[in-house]
Amino acid sequence: MSVIPGTPDPFAEDRGGPAQPLLSVSALYKHFPVRKAGGRKQVVRAVDGVDFEVLKGETLGIVGESGCGKSTTAKLLMGLIARDTGQMLYDGQPVGERSMPWRSYRRQVQMVFQDSYASLNPRMTVEQSIAFGPKVNGVPGRQAVERARALLARVGLEPKRFAGRYPHEISGGQRQRVNIARSLALEPRLVLLDEAVSALDKSVEAQVLNLLLDLKQEFGLTYIFISHDLNVVRFISDRVMVMYLGRVAEIGPSDAVLAAPSHPYTRALLASMPSLDPDNRTQKALLAGDPPNPIDPPPGCRFHPRCALAEPVCSDAEPPLGAVAPLHRVACLARQPGSGHSAAPARALAA
Amino acid sequence: MSASAAIASTGGVRTNEARTAPAVDVADLRVAFGKVQVVDGVDLALERGQALALIGESGSGKSVTLRALLRLFPEGRSRIEGRIHVAGRDVQALTRRQLADFRGRDVSMIFQEPLLAFDPVYTVGRQITEAILRHERVSKEDARRRALALFERVRIPSPERRLDNYPHEMSGGMRQRAMIALALACRPQVLLADEPTTALDATVQIQVLLLLRELQRDLGLTIVLVTHDLGAAVEVADRIAVMYAGKIVETGTARQVVLDPHHPYTIGLLRSRAEGALAKGARLQTIPGSPPDLAARPPGCPFAPRCFLAEHRCHGEMPPAREIAPGHRVACWHADEASVAYRVGPTPVRAAEPASPGPPGRPSEQGV
Repeated sequence: MSVIPGTPDPFAEDRGGPAQPLLSVSALYKHFPVRKAGGRKQVVRAVDGVDFEVLKGETLGIVGESGCGKSTTAKLLMGLIARDTGQMLYDGQPVGERSMPWRSYRRQVQMVFQDSYASLNPRMTVEQSIAFGPKVNGVPGRQAVERARALLARVGLEPKRFAGRYPHEISGGQRQRVNIARSLALEPRLVLLDEAVSALDKSVEAQVLNLLLDLKQEFGLTYIFISHDLNVVRFISDRVMVMYLGRVAEIGPSDAVLAAPSHPYTRALLASMPSLDPDNRTQKALLAGDPPNPIDPPPGCRFHPRCALAEPVCSDAEPPLGAVAPLHRVACLARQPGSGHSAAPARALAA
Repeated sequence: MSASAAIASTGGVRTNEARTAPAVDVADLRVAFGKVQVVDGVDLALERGQALALIGESGSGKSVTLRALLRLFPEGRSRIEGRIHVAGRDVQALTRRQLADFRGRDVSMIFQEPLLAFDPVYTVGRQITEAILRHERVSKEDARRRALALFERVRIPSPERRLDNYPHEMSGGMRQRAMIALALACRPQVLLADEPTTALDATVQIQVLLLLRELQRDLGLTIVLVTHDLGAAVEVADRIAVMYAGKIVETGTARQVVLDPHHPYTIGLLRSRAEGALAKGARLQTIPGSPPDLAARPPGCPFAPRCFLAEHRCHGEMPPAREIAPGHRVACWHADEASVAYRVGPTPVRAAEPASPGPPGRPSEQGV
């Protein structure tokens, strides 16, 4: 049932059935040109050949260091920046073509950003901000405002007290609730959460995570949850995708990826989390130095200069994303049969 | 104060008092900006060579407490009361000139965002040598040599070349290492760190935390670390002090606070962490409501409106800090009940009554 009257939205309904991915992305590329000293032209390979699928009703977590391309990926998925090449299928329909124009796509897919203040218009009350999307899409004013108030109540902000306030008059946690309410105003099916809880205090973060869980169930949402906090991602995600320098390093069920990581990079990321056990503090950092620059990614496997398992073959061949278990795929030569790496398993997994 | 003779020395211990006194000794510290009492009676004592983490949420007064140790606030717009002794000096009694000598030489500080803390128009090396030349009578060449040694100490790769970098030419993690090198330039006794790893990636954060721990051990440095991240605190600190609304509500060794918490707020913080969730997808235990407005501070315990154990007395009377084990102090009327509740298991952290017009969010949202 669409909130937008008069324009029955053919895309609101499920088309391909539960087995068809809600969103499938293949060979997504985005390079940004930069001019370095001396006028040489270079490119930042922000997203450099990414393939993944988002299943209906799941939460896909995306993790990685800064510069790994996770936020650029989110912006490409929303169409906030144009992709260089690559295809996106939304429930089987190619996005950006006549059968699925951006305008209809964006009614279905919404985004919540990290900076709760910068993402709200400071000259609109929170109620106006939430009602804005439906109004633009043809919902009569009064109905849009009613819906905004209902959503405010749903995210835990009493409409009587909060509807007329401006963004600067409420706290960060409350603002992020407003952003979540706004993202739901068009009844989307997919919500992208780009570090949506990272700027919040821990106790408020927990409240917002609970809210996200409830909303997902109530509205049948699918989430893409981007974060650098592995604990939060482990908590909320069904599947996790680990990105490194614009490529997917590992993707799979979050229990598998975060409990028994296959890629050495995922291992190092997990080892970097503070232990929270005073008797058993972290003794050694597995990764030295900073995340490398996506301008000149190393040849072969991009992780090999920092990798403990690196062998000569790693600097020659770029590892494909291969399955190590059903649904669990890893881009590491040491995990792929016949790759030439000495630690590679003997034969292929019967999948 | 003994000035010139000591300056020429290595900058270590300067007076007799300094040798015996605790590195940080703060009693009943109160800081107010206008009518807002941001820090409201904080007591801190820290032995030499120890590391203390002040943790709390935004607005809890942890950064203000830290900055007060160096009197970093403009005199006209702030009111600082109480006893502040750091590195054996009475910070409140220092003249402007003495304060300038004191900062950086006895006690120095690193900040959350090194890009803002460094001057963008000078190279990092020049800023470090400037600090050395300001405090000690050495030649420029010696100062440069020391800066180079510091860069090696904090393990910046190709240090010789990096000394001539401007801050923007470095990555975030390297800038924070350079910041630490700058802070250590005059061999201070006490290092104050204000959220030093918050802006860094997890893989870099752990490196910086380990570096701080190593410096504490090797140089006998006293560290006061302000952070909102319990995990970072546990990695570095020997002692942890939990702040809420300008007061320290619980303090003890890292083990005591993290493994045997006695204050409902500490318990709430530990419970609300995502890794503590009982099952994947199960709801997190949250602390209802949000931190109080410091301008309109309720009487009694500031945490009472959000506390699952609050009763009448909590709303009227501030509990004094009580020692429940050697070195473990808690300011709560119901510390023992709270501890039992924590050990028994997941008791919902629930507000006793939907309190005054303040906390947002549905009170019913909490609990399992």
